[in-house]
Amino acid sequence: MAEYQNIFTRVQVREPAYPGVELPKGELPRLGKPGFNYWIGKFGDAQIGPIYLGWAGIASLICGFVAFEIIGLNMLASVNWNPIEFVKNLFWLALEPPPPAYGLSIPPLGDGGWWLMAGFFLTLSILLWWLRTYQRAIALGTGTHVAWAFAAAIFFYLTLGFIRPLLMGSWGEAVPFGIFPHLDWTAAISIRYGNFYYNPFHALSIAFLYGSAVLFAMHGGTILAASRYGADREIDQITDRGTAAERAALLWRWTMGFNATMESIHRWAWWFAVLTVITAGIGILLTGTVVENWYLWGVKHGMVAPYPSELTVQDPTLLQGVSQ
Amino acid sequence: MKIFDSKSLVLAALGASALLAGCEMPPPDTVQNGYRGLQMQTNYNPRLLQESLDANIPPEPIPAAAPGGPKAKDLYKNVQVLGELSVGEFNRLMVALTTWVAPEQGCYYCHVNEGFEYDGIYTKVVSRRMIQMTQTTNANWKDHVADTGVTCYTCHRGNPVPQYVWTSDPGPGQPSMLAPTGQNIPSKTVAYSSLPYDPFTPFLSQDNDIRVIGDTVLPQGNRRSIKQAEWTYGLMMHMSDSLGVNCTYCHNTRSFYSWDQSAPARTTAWYAIRHVREMNNDYVTPLGEILPDTRKGPLGDPYKIYCTTCHQGAYKPLYGAPMLKDYPSLAQPLTAAEPEANEAPAADAATEAPAVEVQAMAAPAEEAAVSDAPPAEEVQTAEAPAKAPAEAGAASDEAAQAAPAAAEMQYPPPAMMQYPPAPLVYPPAPAPR
Repeated sequence: MAEYQNIFTRVQVREPAYPGVELPKGELPRLGKPGFNYWIGKFGDAQIGPIYLGWAGIASLICGFVAFEIIGLNMLASVNWNPIEFVKNLFWLALEPPPPAYGLSIPPLGDGGWWLMAGFFLTLSILLWWLRTYQRAIALGTGTHVAWAFAAAIFFYLTLGFIRPLLMGSWGEAVPFGIFPHLDWTAAISIRYGNFYYNPFHALSIAFLYGSAVLFAMHGGTILAASRYGADREIDQITDRGTAAERAALLWRWTMGFNATMESIHRWAWWFAVLTVITAGIGILLTGTVVENWYLWGVKHGMVAPYPSELTVQDPTLLQGVSQ
Repeated sequence: MKIFDSKSLVLAALGASALLAGCEMPPPDTVQNGYRGLQMQTNYNPRLLQESLDANIPPEPIPAAAPGGPKAKDLYKNVQVLGELSVGEFNRLMVALTTWVAPEQGCYYCHVNEGFEYDGIYTKVVSRRMIQMTQTTNANWKDHVADTGVTCYTCHRGNPVPQYVWTSDPGPGQPSMLAPTGQNIPSKTVAYSSLPYDPFTPFLSQDNDIRVIGDTVLPQGNRRSIKQAEWTYGLMMHMSDSLGVNCTYCHNTRSFYSWDQSAPARTTAWYAIRHVREMNNDYVTPLGEILPDTRKGPLGDPYKIYCTTCHQGAYKPLYGAPMLKDYPSLAQPLTAAEPEANEAPAADAATEAPAVEVQAMAAPAEEAAVSDAPPAEEVQTAEAPAKAPAEAGAASDEAAQAAPAAAEMQYPPPAMMQYPPAPLVYPPAPAPR
């Protein structure tokens, strides 16, 4: 079992391709002839395909393609249909939401209407893909944990682009589609609302995000380390605890006094991942609707350390007799 | 060991050098400008700083003229601004001005063969107005330029047109079906971010509200949008870039809006924005009447002033070299007895603007008395947009009408009215449920 000590597994699966169990009557067929890829085999199972799309998957891909085209063609139009400028400026280009002056009304296509339409199709595409993850889980007879984790991420996406703009009464509050533009938007919302550093849900989200990475490293490291005793057969080890589970548990008990179990570590990971986006969504929902300035909110609630000030600068607009 | 064979070593060396290529050598120097531990500091790369220092050395002053002698206005004709100077000082200043502004072109860049007194060339009228601008700057805007002051050289650096100027930017050509957003294209003006690439028209020409951050804990009617924040952000990127400093030179970034935590430089910058706006609206834009198209942007507005025009990457232009002390004639308007009289002849040059402009300039002095005079009232309304957010839209419309310069520029173009920075007129808050 020495092969498992490497990051890239040395085991290449070369069984006859497995097409999967028979599909129930009335379902669309699985697509694609299974094949093998050596390099993919370095990362996981070397078998590629077949894939099951189904109605939800096909509709999702169509909607996603429509959104992708609307965004891409708007970006292309914004450089006057010049393909070279499009490639050169791609990271800067965007499809912007309507100006705030339109409120929640439907703007002309060229002034944010395309954004609204792209958002509609993208949302539809994502929701249909969610439906697919749910349906495939049911079809396989598994739990729907993946679908609900995905739903948490969708909640965050909808908060940014739909729910919060609704509460604020303006589509203009939403995120633009674009690579740098959405990053500038992220910086701008923090500045506009007085610094997200003092938004406790922002802090929680970061804690869960970084915590997810730590947990992932701890769990992955532990299982790899104990895989020579069969720890990679995690489900076996949950119900039928063997030496791998014992050693993995003892490693952490001896290191930090407490250890998760073969099953609970996966609940830890699932909740950390899901809470990252749930807390992030709450933080966005409260911004501008309930809290105007997170820094001042922090001052009010004793989060902000005062500094000794040797020199106090005054707002010039408050001084008498200065020109504006 | 086997894994360190020559191929791996070469690859590792290549990888390491690729990583190091992102580093700046030598290590930066930092100057602390806030309370300790806050990272309020300016970072300088010594090598780049040295380059900048070398590029910002002022020319040697011309030896002072002998005192006394007749006044320039008594000896020369048509000396409207510098007439109070002695002939010696007047000629000295003319020589200095030539080396600062038109060293290659010489006297005839601004004068015509028929005689030095004739205004037959636009550059002469422009220079006269620019001298007035310099004098007003040094006399009235000490909050910005301090006693160091500015001379023609501060901006011109030996060029007839300063190297760094701006005009209203209509953006890249777009199909008419798309409303321009005024952003999302790489632009030097905002340090290659995707922020609005022309934050100058709304803030350094028009007087739109730069402040977007709410100063209350809970929402109390501040309807400024995130989009609006991006315009302010764009202006700030320009200021940071042109002064060679980062945000913390002026702000404590844990709370950008708090004045009580800001560095004193922020006050200077506040006055600087008003100063630049005044220079653009009272001096540069009216000259659009006589400037040729080669001195104008795509929308027909003349080359205007922004932070880089003087600062050129230095936190103080020319790193604070006190040039003005050698040229006291530029330190204030010379006809001190009648400062208003100075403005009138120059305003004549701009044929249409003068009446409104003189009224507008008179307004601050007479605010209380003549508040019912239409121009003055409009100016006042425009000056206090923050206090009446509900009327902000109306006020900025009025301001556009009141400022003759803005009306001539036709900016923003009609299709853009929804956008910069009018996007910014927000709908009222949703009704409480």
